[in-house]
Amino acid sequence: MTKVSMTVNGKPVSGEVEGRTLLVQFLREGQGLTGTHVGCDTSQCGACVVHVDGKAVKSCTIFAAEAEGAEVTTIEGMANPDGSLSTIQQAFQDHHGLQCGFCTPGMVMSAAALLAENPKPTEAEIRDYLEGNICRCTGYHNIVKAILAASGQDVAVAAE
Amino acid sequence: MPKDHGIGASQKRREDVRFLTGRGRYTDDINLPGQAHACFVRSQVAHGRLNGVDTAAAAAMPGVIRVFTGADFEGVGGLPCGWQVTDRHGQPMQEPGHPVLAQGKVRHVGDPIAVVVAETFEQARDAAEMVDVDITELDPVIDMKAALADGAPKVHDDLSSNLCYDWGFVEDNRAAVDEAIRNAHHVTTLELVNNRLVPNAMEPRVAVGDYNFATDDSTLYTTSQNPHVIRLLMGAFVLGIPEHKLRVVAPDVGGGFGSKIFHYAEEAFCTFAAKQLRRPVKWTCQRSESFITDAHGRDHVTKIELALDKEGHFQAIRTETYANMGAYLSTFAPSVPTWLHGTLMAGNYKTPLIYVNVKAVFTNTVPVDAYRGAGRPEATFQLERVIDKAAREMGIDPVEIRRRNFITEFPYATPVAVEYDTGDYHATLDKLLEIADVAGFDKRRAESAKRGKLRGLGLNCYIEACGIAPSQLVGQLGARAGLYESATVRVNATGGLVVMTGSHSHGQGHETSFAQVVADMIGIDENMVEIVHGDTANTPMGMGTYGSRSLAVGGSAMVRATEKIIAKAKKIAAHLMEASPDDIELKDGRFSVAGTDKSVAWGDVTLAAYVPHNYPLEEIEPGLEETAFYDPSNFTYPAGAYACEVEVDPDTGKVTICSFAAADDFGNIVNPMIVDGQVHGGLGQGIGQALLEGAAYDESGQLLTGSYMDYAMPRAGDLPSFTIDHSCQTPCTHNPLGVKGCGEAGAIGSPPAVVNAVVDALQRAGHSNVTHIDMPLTPSRVWAAMQG
Ligand code: FES
Ligand code: FES
Repeated sequence: MTKVSMTVNGKPVSGEVEGRTLLVQFLREGQGLTGTHVGCDTSQCGACVVHVDGKAVKSCTIFAAEAEGAEVTTIEGMANPDGSLSTIQQAFQDHHGLQCGFCTPGMVMSAAALLAENPKPTEAEIRDYLEGNICRCTGYHNIVKAILAASGQDVAVAAE
Repeated sequence: MPKDHGIGASQKRREDVRFLTGRGRYTDDINLPGQAHACFVRSQVAHGRLNGVDTAAAAAMPGVIRVFTGADFEGVGGLPCGWQVTDRHGQPMQEPGHPVLAQGKVRHVGDPIAVVVAETFEQARDAAEMVDVDITELDPVIDMKAALADGAPKVHDDLSSNLCYDWGFVEDNRAAVDEAIRNAHHVTTLELVNNRLVPNAMEPRVAVGDYNFATDDSTLYTTSQNPHVIRLLMGAFVLGIPEHKLRVVAPDVGGGFGSKIFHYAEEAFCTFAAKQLRRPVKWTCQRSESFITDAHGRDHVTKIELALDKEGHFQAIRTETYANMGAYLSTFAPSVPTWLHGTLMAGNYKTPLIYVNVKAVFTNTVPVDAYRGAGRPEATFQLERVIDKAAREMGIDPVEIRRRNFITEFPYATPVAVEYDTGDYHATLDKLLEIADVAGFDKRRAESAKRGKLRGLGLNCYIEACGIAPSQLVGQLGARAGLYESATVRVNATGGLVVMTGSHSHGQGHETSFAQVVADMIGIDENMVEIVHGDTANTPMGMGTYGSRSLAVGGSAMVRATEKIIAKAKKIAAHLMEASPDDIELKDGRFSVAGTDKSVAWGDVTLAAYVPHNYPLEEIEPGLEETAFYDPSNFTYPAGAYACEVEVDPDTGKVTICSFAAADDFGNIVNPMIVDGQVHGGLGQGIGQALLEGAAYDESGQLLTGSYMDYAMPRAGDLPSFTIDHSCQTPCTHNPLGVKGCGEAGAIGSPPAVVNAVVDALQRAGHSNVTHIDMPLTPSRVWAAMQG
């Protein structure tokens, strides 16, 4: 067991982990941050996406120990400071970009990373960027629409 | 003007806030004090004799609490099957045992053999690798026709063969159908495969068993679409726990699409082990494990013949289908290729004679059961493909041939035992042609051609039977359960309501749309209505969510219960205003006496019900709480028309979906935004089936597509934005909301449109010999079709 310390959603946290403990396990089991989900065991579904030092990372692909000293943001840290939904979260609700909600944390975290890199993505760029996030419920239509809306673009361009 | 509240309003979903902030509560988020973790040891071979399981080394591993094997389950019941099909000869289907842990034999890769329970999951997993399983491998049967050959290895030694049943429907029509086909002007024949799918709800299954030895109460937390059904099946048939000592809780459920209807071994195991060990036991499915344990869907091999007269009127349909059951009968498996499939073979058309034959076959593969659409996609696919082929053979436009055969008068009794209550198939087809801009296709095709791409247009109609189901009817058809739904409406003293329903959301937004219905009936703010579901301890016995039934059946129960509430509230209001109950009107949350200016508010009445100082106690009881059970008198019949445009790359065979349009008739609609979303998701599934997805087994019974590396899930880049419309509305005539259900339509209606479009593209490009390509339409299959 080794000790690992990092900042999660602005708060310093630490814990004892095995070498093989994944970041997602540390967050879910160690920190009780169950908003980050596990949808696969081959690093392909994206349900586990968090931000590590500002970059979108599949938290099932890195060990907790590798995040030593990092700034980690999870879905629990995405709302505005007053607790209201952030622009991206609000757009997902407004445009029905989620159904069962299981892929949603990863989708929101990926969307946030996309808009940080590319503030006005086209529909094709959004679809391309979401390559690593699988949703079984929405057919992606409204996820794409929500991200377009969150970027301040006219969603009427996306078919209704 | 779109409505801003009540029935018909696109209310934003109240459940979204918790899902968007990481505050959802899924089963895997539950961790109980003292919880132990289970890891299953599963068969790595498709078929084998289990000679012994040596657990000694595993038991000695760090943290291991106990290792369970089949021997621990000898006195325990097997997993039950909920539907008995009777075959062509009046005999019951062959029904094999389905043990919780393997007894004597393993029958598919993934069949559970032993379970290690340890302090942590890692310890359980490490120890599971030390369990020594002695298996003599047997020849497996994977292909259905091979499984039925004389001398084929038997999946179940105690059955006479691998044939579960040979079903004929309607058997009495058989001779007439044969004769009509013999004498027909034209017969179009098509052989096709409806590819096996892996459901892949994004939330893997999870079970947490808990036991309170002080009270002898067991609790199971599980990823289920129907906790009451699990309680009944597991309690009564597997573990022998009466319902009042067993609670089943399904909290937020991360998608299901059918795969979380069924009672699975892991649920029974965790409940059983928690009692044995007197501590909670948790199992979380790994994705690679879910590929080999969640019931799969589809997997039909079909030959369909359509007889037509010289004007293209359908005269008769005959089908022969082999339906894969897998190694065991999953909970509703026998019903899918029969009653959910044969009864839909009329489609939207007045074909006078239909005969459906289905041979259900055991193979050494994962069990197959209901999956989004369940039987109806298989029916729609073969019918709408054969119609397209017939249209081409007879030189009739594919739109025209459908119109010529549409059912136009309702109610309409089909030759396959169902009665459509209402519909307007011309209307949805007209709407489709408009929203898909079919008139502009030639221009778009020319533009594609300039870029060297082959463009095709495919369209089809569909009908489904939803709102499952009239209990007495399905009882006659072999269902071992009733299929009503329930609701309890509890009004609190200060006027808020809690509605407890036996149906359960796994993504459909029930908390929002159900509240819209009840609030609309009373005329109060939706925020005064709370929806409670997913826990057998605080909801009336109900059958859960599948078959697009929750609003049609569950919503109707809610309407009935709310009607009872309103009737009683009117009596209280009448007493308060010293008027006759018959003169009381309820509008916008106020009771008034007709023709006067006297009124009392909803809250005055609810308070009086719980503080009955001035109250007609001699006539009615205090309190305001009512329960209703609703059993539908018929199925509902959503229908519509879908169109797909594709581009095929002639060099690679790659298919790109350029556009997809859907015109659906769902009857009345409570929340249009949610309905749109349900259609989008269904289309994603249907297009995925058509182009990408397919579970493949090799000859030895290994699942070749056992992870997201090999099983192609549709990604955002594989799908277009959709054009959908549900303004054509013929309300259901027999439920109080006039609703039909919408969750499966997209998955049912879309695969034929995609395949029709690809065949159209190739035909237009001169590949006149290409009349069908089996799904999924991978580049290699399409390319191969173009070569030859
Ligand atoms: S859980 Fe990390 S990608 Fe699937
Ligand atoms: S909303 Fe259910 S998987 Fe995306």
